[in-house]
Amino acid sequence: MTDPVLAVDGLSKTFGALRATDGVSLDLRPGEIHAIIGPNGAGKSTLIAQITGALAPDEGRVTFLGRDVTALPVRERAGMGLARTFQVSALAMEDTVLQNALLGVVGATGGAWSFLRPALRHGAARDRAEAALVRVGLQDQARSRTADLSHGQRRLLEVAIALTLSPRAFVMDEPMAGLGGDGSKRMTGFLDILRAEAPILLVEHDMDAVFALADRISVLVGGRVIATGTVAEIRASAAVRAAYLGDPA
Amino acid sequence: MTRESIVNAVVLALLIAVPAWAVVTGEPFTITLATRAVIFALAAVGLNIALGLGGLVSLGHAAFFGIGGYAMGILAHHAQTYTVLDLGLFTTGGTKSMPVIWLVAMVASGLAALLIGMLSLRTAGVYFIMITLAFGQMFYFFAISWPAYGGEDGLSIYVRNGFPGLNTLVPIQFYGLCLGVLLLVLALNAALAKSPFGLALNAARQSPARAETVGLNPQRLKLVAFVLSGVITGLAGALFADLNRFVSPVMFSWQMSGEIIVFIILGGTARLFGPVIGACVFVLLEHVLGGLSDYWHIYLGALLLAVVLFARGGIMGLLAGRGAVHD
Amino acid sequence: MTSILIIEQVLNGLQFGVMLFLMAAGLTLIFGVMGLINLAHGSLYMVGAFAAAAVAGATGSFLMALTAAMAAAAIAGVLVETLVIRRLYRADHLDQVLATFALILIFSEGTRWAFGSFPLFLDTPDWASGPVTLPGGIDYPRYRLLLIGVGLAIAAGLGLLITRTRIGIQIRAGENDREMIAALGVDISKLYTLVFALGAALAGLAGALVGAIQSVQVGMGEPVLILAFVVIVIGGIGSIKGALIGAILVGLTDTLGGIFLPEVFKLFMTPSAATASGSAVASMAIYILMGAVLIWRPTGLFGPRAA
Repeated sequence: MTDPVLAVDGLSKTFGALRATDGVSLDLRPGEIHAIIGPNGAGKSTLIAQITGALAPDEGRVTFLGRDVTALPVRERAGMGLARTFQVSALAMEDTVLQNALLGVVGATGGAWSFLRPALRHGAARDRAEAALVRVGLQDQARSRTADLSHGQRRLLEVAIALTLSPRAFVMDEPMAGLGGDGSKRMTGFLDILRAEAPILLVEHDMDAVFALADRISVLVGGRVIATGTVAEIRASAAVRAAYLGDPA
Repeated sequence: MTRESIVNAVVLALLIAVPAWAVVTGEPFTITLATRAVIFALAAVGLNIALGLGGLVSLGHAAFFGIGGYAMGILAHHAQTYTVLDLGLFTTGGTKSMPVIWLVAMVASGLAALLIGMLSLRTAGVYFIMITLAFGQMFYFFAISWPAYGGEDGLSIYVRNGFPGLNTLVPIQFYGLCLGVLLLVLALNAALAKSPFGLALNAARQSPARAETVGLNPQRLKLVAFVLSGVITGLAGALFADLNRFVSPVMFSWQMSGEIIVFIILGGTARLFGPVIGACVFVLLEHVLGGLSDYWHIYLGALLLAVVLFARGGIMGLLAGRGAVHD
Repeated sequence: MTSILIIEQVLNGLQFGVMLFLMAAGLTLIFGVMGLINLAHGSLYMVGAFAAAAVAGATGSFLMALTAAMAAAAIAGVLVETLVIRRLYRADHLDQVLATFALILIFSEGTRWAFGSFPLFLDTPDWASGPVTLPGGIDYPRYRLLLIGVGLAIAAGLGLLITRTRIGIQIRAGENDREMIAALGVDISKLYTLVFALGAALAGLAGALVGAIQSVQVGMGEPVLILAFVVIVIGGIGSIKGALIGAILVGLTDTLGGIFLPEVFKLFMTPSAATASGSAVASMAIYILMGAVLIWRPTGLFGPRAA
């Protein structure tokens, strides 16, 4: 078995009296989609924040591409190829779709320190941004204002930006949230193809998508991982059923 | 041609036509007013790099305006009194050459912006506003209590400084020089806004989380913007001192800081010619309303309140609608 | 440089500090509870001073003047809050700055139009004038001692209000989570108006008290406002304790800096150069203090800590 691309080891985070993350350990292997599911309040967002670097854990370690990144800020992990999408779209709303995609390229190539030549000039950077838009199917909206996009299109834009980072791993926070039936199917199909590019750590509520996509599932309850396994194993697990449905095994 | 470009062209045409007409009809005071407007516009264009692009509400930009002014005042003072300025490491007899003065003004305000920026950008939001205001005030009180350069009474420079190839004593020539500087800075500003730096800074303003997630460093972007902004406002200060042939601590005052922001808001934040329109309208109001009533600031206050509450995009917003989406 | 002089200056610094506290306390509450930066607070200080001068001139009673100051400032505060400030709670900081800056212009020019450009006079009352002999043989102005007392009493009162009363609980809850207290049924709009009026009254009181020892004129409030901001940066937003400690630190730094720095400079400069440069550096002392606190604790000594 090859080394995991991304791993967390004994991660813990406490807010006052609340133990939001309690000794979580899991990993993400090459080529896989590893889904994290759990009831509301289980601590999924806190976990994601610690993995991407937005929040510092009280204990434990985060390893990415073999390096201990626990002390690194968000932007350095992004520079290494840790690409994240947000549950609540974090996009530059006033800018166009193309400008948002270009932002990823600028960040990835360290090109922010160019002051005079137009960012949108034709060249390698623009090509890369446009290619990402083509992959998610947003090329026709390139000149539209991001605020005018539909919810589903904004989700796709988030993925497009993640693609421009030459990602080595994706961390996706509820990409299906707010998408209707069609939108979910398309996103599911898209993520299925995406796993070949880089493995995906997927936090999701949409069980259809999870069961269709995941190679492995970890169940997070009250800040702790109570089970990790394949789709079949998790579906059969009594502990998981108890946690979700409340009936004692 | 977007509506905004049309407005820009009209403003530019007016900036050329009105002073030219004043030369023909022999009204040098109009040229002085126009120069005042253009210099204020420059100061506001400077601030707009930090404010409009970077989202940094600096209430202390008068610090840089004053530093630029005093750079001119100190250098010209030593030159005109034939005294030597001893800076410890080296001495100088001062200078009355504008290019040199401008260089010193820009370097001095840039350094000040770097220091103030490094301290202030450790905070955000309201803290940032209060701290920049406080630093502006610090310079104000220092200038008042430093007796060597006039203190509260300020410093007079008898003869306007020189620029190679021009007779700066002639109002229209000095105006042309200032206008030239403004246009050059506007061109640089336009390029900056469209550049990768501008894209990154603007995105960092809208969503710092997004900026970090793509590997950008919002703090450093903002610091660079703040320094650039201070440099340009400092240059405007040097020009202002030359226009009035006078420097005083008032250039450091909180009122001045407030006025620079007002120029931007009146005209339209984050619009290329916004600060220019705002500065021109302000100088016009100052002249016209100020002539009618000693208490014209009340009307300015009411106008400002109206703009903030009802016409958020300023005059450019009213004329040209929402900002054009760039291509 | 006698110890008597030093003690006098310490007391002066304390007096300056507690008056700053009155301004800073109101500002920090308004920011903490409503998330609003209010540049017009200096105008409320000025309104208080002018009201006091007018009433003292008409009635000869200092106490009536003080009451008038607080009432006038509070009323002005309520008016401003209902007409303008209310629309700004959800606005971004730039809008709040601009709108309240506009209010400064309106208040200042309005006052100048009503009362003229020359300073008004407000005298310290006879029963508070004259020196008091302190232990150690130091003569200190009775009025200033009174100011220190009043300031500390108000600080204690505010502390009790915040920690022991229902309003205080609402204020503290509001500082933590604005949306939550609305959901819990607290009348937000009344709470906000009350907090604003309270801050205004404190500012008006400070204006009147200080107006008796300095002068009452247009524009007297803004320098104090900016100093109050420095106090809040040092003490931390939303913290009354921070405002008190910050204010006293600022007051002492300014006063003691003003006498000590020239003396220190005299050690290696000529006396006249030392006085000049010492005073100039002393004028910056407060801001250097602020800068130092910023390096160490960007959100102030008692402010909210970053996660």
